[in-house]
Amino acid sequence: MGGYGDVKLLREDGLRLDGRKVDEMREVEIEAGILPAADGSAWVKHGLNVAVCAVYGPMEAHPRKIQRQDRAVIDVRYNMAPFSTSDRIRPGYNRRSREISKVTAEALESVVLVERFPRSKIRVEIEILAAEAGTRCVGITAAAVALADAGIPMRDMIVGVASGKIEDTVVLDLDKAEDNYGQADLPMGILPTTGEIAFLQMDGDLSVDEYNTCMEYNLKAAREIHELMVDALKRRYVEKNGGEA
Amino acid sequence: MVELVPSLLRQELAALAANDQRIDGRGRWDSRDITLETDCLYNAEGSAKVTWGDTIIYAGVKFEIRTPWPDRPAQGSLMCGAELRPVAGRKYEPGPPSPQSIELGRVVDRGIRESGCIDMDSLCIIPGEKVLGVMIDIHVLSDKGNIFDACALGAIAALRTAVVPAERFDIGEDYPLAVSMTPTMCSFTRVGGRYVLDANDEEELGGDERIHITLGDEGHLHSLQKGLKGTFTPAEFDEILGVAQQRCAELANLVNSKEA
Repeated sequence: MGGYGDVKLLREDGLRLDGRKVDEMREVEIEAGILPAADGSAWVKHGLNVAVCAVYGPMEAHPRKIQRQDRAVIDVRYNMAPFSTSDRIRPGYNRRSREISKVTAEALESVVLVERFPRSKIRVEIEILAAEAGTRCVGITAAAVALADAGIPMRDMIVGVASGKIEDTVVLDLDKAEDNYGQADLPMGILPTTGEIAFLQMDGDLSVDEYNTCMEYNLKAAREIHELMVDALKRRYVEKNGGEA
Repeated sequence: MVELVPSLLRQELAALAANDQRIDGRGRWDSRDITLETDCLYNAEGSAKVTWGDTIIYAGVKFEIRTPWPDRPAQGSLMCGAELRPVAGRKYEPGPPSPQSIELGRVVDRGIRESGCIDMDSLCIIPGEKVLGVMIDIHVLSDKGNIFDACALGAIAALRTAVVPAERFDIGEDYPLAVSMTPTMCSFTRVGGRYVLDANDEEELGGDERIHITLGDEGHLHSLQKGLKGTFTPAEFDEILGVAQQRCAELANLVNSKEA
C-alpha cells in the first residue's frame, strides 16, 4: 500500500470521496460473448476499470512438456494495455503481470473441471483496457464469464472482489485513491455458491477483526456480482437462440 | 500456429469469383458494417473502439514529456504501435512482437505520419529540453479479417479526439491535440484471382497478396504497402485506387463526424 496517512479519504458525513458507503461497490456491468474470434469471451466494466477476456480451447497443449496426463492446463495471460493507466505502460510482460497470471491460473484451475480434458490446454487471455484499482479482480470475473461462455465445465463460478482499509475504516472495493493512499487491500476470488476462496492476496495492515469485516464485505459483493454474471450469460444464451430462452 | 489453407476453400473462392460473388454475399467493393466509438476508455487521452464486421480493435493515445532528439531539438515525436496479442485469435501466440504486428503498426504509423496531420513543431515545449511524445497504441481484440483498415481507422479517430493533459505535465491548461487531416486506409486482397475490398478472415485465409492504400484529404496518397506473395498489374492498381478514393473519403467523414 502507498501508506500516506495524511490524505483524506472519508468525508465528514462518513461517506467516501466518490459518495459511496463503506460497504458499497462501484457499479459493475458485464457482457458475455463480445469477441467473435474467441471460443468464449466477456467484457466487464467495474467502476472505471475495463477488462476483456477471451477463452480459446480446450486445444492441444504446446509445447508438449506443459501437458499433464490427467488434466488440462490453464494458460492465463493477464496484460495491461499501454493506454490503460495514467502513465503509458511499455508493452510486454513484466514481473507484476507474470505473478497475477500465475495466481489467476491457479485460481481458475480450482474451479474448472480440468480432469475432463487430459493433455489439453485452455487459453485465458485477460486484457485490461482501463485501470482504476482492482484490475486483477475484474480480470478474474471476466475470465469466469468467458470460460462459461466457451462452454467449459466448472464446479462453480469465481468472482473477483476486494476490500481494504482506509483511515482505519474497512471499506468494500477500493478505488484508485483508496488503493494508493489506503492502509490495506484484500483481493479475493470467491466461489459464490459455496463461499470457498480460490484466489487470495493481501498487502497492508489488518487486525483479525478488520479481516473478518473485509471477508464479510467480499462475500456480499461476490454474490451481487455473481447475479450480474449469470444475467450476462443468460442474455447471451437468449441471443444465441434467436431471442428465445 | 501453422494455418492449413484448405484447397477446398481456395477452389470455392475461385468459383465464387468467377461469378463475381463473395463468400459472405457482399459485392466486390462492399465493406462490412463499421461502428466507431470514441472517447471510450478512462486513462487514455484519446481512444477509439472500432467494430468492423466481426473484427474488433481499440486504439488509445498517451502523451509523454521527453527530451528531443539532438538533430531535431524543436520537434516532438509520434509513435504508433500495434499489438497482435493472443487474445485476438486462435492463431496468435504469446512472445515478442511478430513480424506481422510490426508491419501492421508501421504501415498505420506511416499513413498518419506522412500525411503531416500532426505538426511536429507544435509538440515542442522548450526547444532542446522538453517536447511532447505522442504514442498511439492499437490493441487487436478479435481478428476476423482486415485488421489493417480497422487499426488505421481507430488510430486516427483516437488521435483526433485526444486531449493533451497539460495540467498533469505542469505546462498549462489541457488542450485538444491539433490534427489537421484525417488520413484513412483502404485494403484490398486478391481472392479467387481478383481484388476485393475489406476481405474477411476466410478470404484472407484462402486469398493471396494484399495492398494497403492510405489517402489523406483531397485523395492524396500517403502510404502504400504490398504484403504477402503475389504480383499485380498497373491496371489493377488503377482500379483499386479509384475505389480507395471513394471509400477513404467515406471513412474520413465517419471519423470527422465523431469530433466534439
